[in-house]
Amino acid sequence: MPSALINVPRQAKRGDIIEIKTLMSHIMETGYRHLASGEVVPRDIITSFSCRYNGTEIFRADLFPAIAANPFITFFTTATESGKFEFEWIGDKGFSETASASISVE
Amino acid sequence: MRLAGIITGIALLTAGAVLATEIPPAERRSGYSFMTSDTKAMQDDDTSNPGMLWVLDGEALWNRRLGAADKACADCHGDARTSMKRVAVSYPAFDKALGRPVDLEQRINLCRANHQQASPLPYESRDLLALTAFVAQQSRGLPIETGSDPQLAPFVARGRELFMQRQGQLNLGCTNCHDDNWDKHLAGSAITQGQPTGYPIYRLEWQSVGSLQRRLRNCMIGMRAEPYPYGAAEHVNMELYLMWRARGMKLETPAVRP
Repeated sequence: MPSALINVPRQAKRGDIIEIKTLMSHIMETGYRHLASGEVVPRDIITSFSCRYNGTEIFRADLFPAIAANPFITFFTTATESGKFEFEWIGDKGFSETASASISVE
Repeated sequence: MRLAGIITGIALLTAGAVLATEIPPAERRSGYSFMTSDTKAMQDDDTSNPGMLWVLDGEALWNRRLGAADKACADCHGDARTSMKRVAVSYPAFDKALGRPVDLEQRINLCRANHQQASPLPYESRDLLALTAFVAQQSRGLPIETGSDPQLAPFVARGRELFMQRQGQLNLGCTNCHDDNWDKHLAGSAITQGQPTGYPIYRLEWQSVGSLQRRLRNCMIGMRAEPYPYGAAEHVNMELYLMWRARGMKLETPAVRP
């Protein structure tokens, strides 16, 4: 049961620089580890993260095997208008999760 | 014979307070205080603390009906925010039916078996850690009270014996590091006092949440001793002693540790 934690300020003044924090539950298995029997543990990571602000993409990141489990991604943006942030995580084995958060801008 | 053992145990316990090797209450420090500012920041913010992901899962499990009885935890215990407050700070607690202390994980599994008529969750499974983290988080910030029950005294004494006893190929006792040398370093890492204030913890080394028993097994492997199996009475006695030793300190669950 993948779950995400999102922290977006509920309110901001127009033009404010706001911090957005996201934490996604994921094992981030590198694909470089072996079992005691010698078999490779197949790679299972998140490969891409993106954030849209009222439909416009404002942040995107590619993720690689060296990133730790439960990736914590934080970034800044300028509050321009009230609306919605939509987050999307895509990964191996068909992993696809979304989350959203609203902001009101005065 | 058994009674004599108990009496010796209690005598040891009382004598313990004056032994020079034990940490005076005023000098006790949570593992938190040994961490770098980055790791502290990770624990302090609930959106950056990965342990909160387990707490969220635990909340979902709390409300899920299961087992032959088709009951959820919430059906008996209601809102965990009130019913589970102060529970984790008094565990491990004495179980009358079993006549011995049980830790929080065992209590959850007893509840599953007796009231939900469901199969027990395996130790260190995601679901058991999630439920334990969720229950324990309800007591975050409250002082630890474990061991106030007089029936627990002989078990605390047994846990203390294990803590003091030298074991393994390196011939070390827990006390040699965690009472005597907690202000020093071992290969660059701080030796902490071993205060169990934030279990289950998110350990960066594990990339996951884990129980106090898992942490104890880690230490025993480090001493090149044979670790006790999960659920062993020795583990529970040690958990009990450690929680008793940390009484009065604030619970931090879910804590982050390196």
